[in-house]
Amino acid sequence: MINNWYLLALAAVGLDALASPQIHHWTMDNGVRAYFVETHQIPMVQFKVSFDAGSARDPGSLKGVANFVNEMIEEGAAEMNGALVAERLESIGAEFSAESGRDMSVFELRSLSDEPLLGRAVDTFSKLMQQPTFPEDALERTRDSILIGLKRRQQSPGSVASLAFYDYLYKDHPYSNPASGIEDGVSNIKRQNLLDFYREFFVGANAVIVMVGDLSADEARAWADHIVGSLPPGTKPDPVPAAEQLAENHSLHVAFPSTQTHLMMGQVGMARDDPDYFPLYMGNHILGGSGLISRLAQNIREERGLAYSVSSYFYPMREPGPFLISLQTRNDQAALAEELSIDTLRGFVEQGPTAEELESARKNITGGFPLRISSNKKIAGNILSIAFYELPLDYLSTFSESINSVTLQQVKDAFQRRVFPDRFLHVLVGGDQ
Amino acid sequence: MNKTRNTHGVTKAIFFLGMAGVLAACATERTQPEGTQIIHEKILDNGLKVLVRPDTRAPIVVSQIWYKVGGSYEPEGKTGISHVLEHMMFKGTSTLGPNEFSRIIAELGGRENAFTGRDYTAYFQTLEKSNLDTAFKLEAERMQGLTLDPDEFVKEVEVVKEERRSRTDDRPESLTYERFMAAAYTSSGYRNPIVGWSEDLDNLQVEDLRAWYDSFYAPNNAILVVVGDVEPARVFDLAQEYFGPVPRRQVSHFTDRAESLQSTPRRIEVKVPAKVPYFLLGYHVPVIATVGEGEEWVPYALEVAAYLLDSGKSSRLNSELVRKQRIASSVGAGYDPVARKSTLFLFDGNPAQGTPVEILESAVREQIRVMQDELVAPEELARVKAQIIASKVYEQDSSFYQGMRLGILETNGLPWQLGDQIHQRLRSVTAQQVREVVRRYLTDDNATVAVLVPEAEQG
Repeated sequence: MINNWYLLALAAVGLDALASPQIHHWTMDNGVRAYFVETHQIPMVQFKVSFDAGSARDPGSLKGVANFVNEMIEEGAAEMNGALVAERLESIGAEFSAESGRDMSVFELRSLSDEPLLGRAVDTFSKLMQQPTFPEDALERTRDSILIGLKRRQQSPGSVASLAFYDYLYKDHPYSNPASGIEDGVSNIKRQNLLDFYREFFVGANAVIVMVGDLSADEARAWADHIVGSLPPGTKPDPVPAAEQLAENHSLHVAFPSTQTHLMMGQVGMARDDPDYFPLYMGNHILGGSGLISRLAQNIREERGLAYSVSSYFYPMREPGPFLISLQTRNDQAALAEELSIDTLRGFVEQGPTAEELESARKNITGGFPLRISSNKKIAGNILSIAFYELPLDYLSTFSESINSVTLQQVKDAFQRRVFPDRFLHVLVGGDQ
Repeated sequence: MNKTRNTHGVTKAIFFLGMAGVLAACATERTQPEGTQIIHEKILDNGLKVLVRPDTRAPIVVSQIWYKVGGSYEPEGKTGISHVLEHMMFKGTSTLGPNEFSRIIAELGGRENAFTGRDYTAYFQTLEKSNLDTAFKLEAERMQGLTLDPDEFVKEVEVVKEERRSRTDDRPESLTYERFMAAAYTSSGYRNPIVGWSEDLDNLQVEDLRAWYDSFYAPNNAILVVVGDVEPARVFDLAQEYFGPVPRRQVSHFTDRAESLQSTPRRIEVKVPAKVPYFLLGYHVPVIATVGEGEEWVPYALEVAAYLLDSGKSSRLNSELVRKQRIASSVGAGYDPVARKSTLFLFDGNPAQGTPVEILESAVREQIRVMQDELVAPEELARVKAQIIASKVYEQDSSFYQGMRLGILETNGLPWQLGDQIHQRLRSVTAQQVREVVRRYLTDDNATVAVLVPEAEQG
């Protein structure tokens, strides 16, 4: 299960103008937006089909439907049962995967580009996308597997912290829904709920397809038609509403039998198409987004040895996702690490970065562009973000420019307007040992 | 950042190199990608082996240096020392301050990190191709001039202890895996966790690290692997320029024990706070590096057996135990044929809701019995070979992974040229050979089981 944080983080990367892949883009007759990048060096093709059908679309009483649908897709389609789906794909070395987060439900196929292998793989994929059967006999097994997953989540202090964080920060907002649902919801989902959800959200207006690999543009058009061309046009769902910030600081302490305390401290952050996107992204890079050399890592890990992992991040989602500082430390050090983190954040918000820090961040982000599109897999990830979040097609080729044009004052100003260290949610999980 | 290789759970080791391959049913002729060429090798006078694999798909370069030292080299009482040293390699040299290495690479837009395994410690940088010389310069610097400042050490060992808590102590299944390895192995260095036992970390001194560094960090104990949009001759020149002056050194002999023969089943339970039961089952098996003469086919047959059991949802464990019998929520098998020492053929899994873990364990053993009794069908064998061939093509999408395969083979005492042969040999494994290795090694007396028993909740 990906959380869409990961996918979104991919969107925060770019390429220099020269190295940017050429993106073919068109809208299909039924409204599906299609994107294709041609690369012939390796005889393989990668397809990603994504729907705005993540857990943010779960009906209020049945949290978990979005993920349940995502997991059931490969359990039967057209004339095939789940066993046959797997057999057909794996006997030709093709790989299928399905993942769902809060914003997106994503399906991926990787196949060799040689015929007849590619044709056979696409044929099966096409049936999964357009003719899933949600067979009764796979329903209980899938439910059981999801429920075990929810239980395993409860034995991980990090997962418990994340659940508590989203739950309190987003309250009644759809982003409070965990990506794979909650036990009560999953236990009560009926086959009809899955069919209803599929019919509502798996429609042309709500879908994108991304193709990267060893195909011509004409072939890509034909495969896209085959895979998603028969979906009904449908309509886009209403936008997810905006979320509100907390009015004041709030602390949650969850007792957990672990040697470490997991801390998550944060607030509502920014959306993917936020006007402050670049200043906030760069500022966070300096604060806690650049590994060992970030300010937080310097203060918490390098100077005091308090944590192995400490970082801060904005998760830019369709609507503002969270901004948070996250670390784990031995239980008896939790209060100290918490205080140091907030002090570091406060100092950064008040004074902004130094000119040297901004210059280093600029060099790191722009200098690393070639690394970010160095494989088909990375290209596909970037294009999916552009596609799903409807970013401009020249997003990658203008990315360096956008980074280079951010000023010290813009970073400082954006942090002061958008980050509120006195209206933070503090979640601490651990301490019970 | 600096991480221990994740050793928890069962993963399929896909280290097979080599490209060309045509599978019976599915012809794949174009398996040599454009822009990649053969591997170029040069050994410098000081013994440093340099391997270059050109890959012109993107204007980047991956540089990795692999030292032949890791968790399995460590004596009792000093476990975790290789990994702590890996952390300290970022803490400065005679000319670089703490973390200055990382800052320089970051300013170039590069990524860098390191990882410690059972049999290797590796450091890497990924950069725009014109910056390879900086990576070499810095890496050569810390091959001989490490500071090992006592104050930095005191802080960093605390960081490593936090890492151990996150990765092992607070993860019930990882903890079970650690105890399982300590039960399955009695004499082999594979019995100890790479991150080290807690008490050993408490007792570690900076002088120990100095001795460890002096013993193993030498050009003649390392392999430099470069993959990317580079000219091999130019890479060799740069390697000579920066690494050439590092003097050859005597590398320590360490006591390397083989695992003693297991004659009776072993079984442990791990009772910790948890929600979901879990089990591990392992059998001692040889690997390519340890197999006897005339038995060279054995590791390949074991690897094909692992694929038959667990390579996607149509393979045996998933289709039988998850889909048909519905007694597993997840179940897997794995084997690493290119380890340095004899290893384990592993199974693991979580039972389905309400199913006792013992039922899942018996069902896994029943699948083993089936493989001992019946020859695998030709179409099933064809399927796993198709998957092996396809995965080889997909792997080419990652320059980093291409480098890893070379580094792992070489640090484990296997020539990188073996890659192509591995592929050929896997394709020639027969149904009879699969049955034979399962009969020979997956026996009750050779088995170790660990069961995670979730401790009742308190409040």
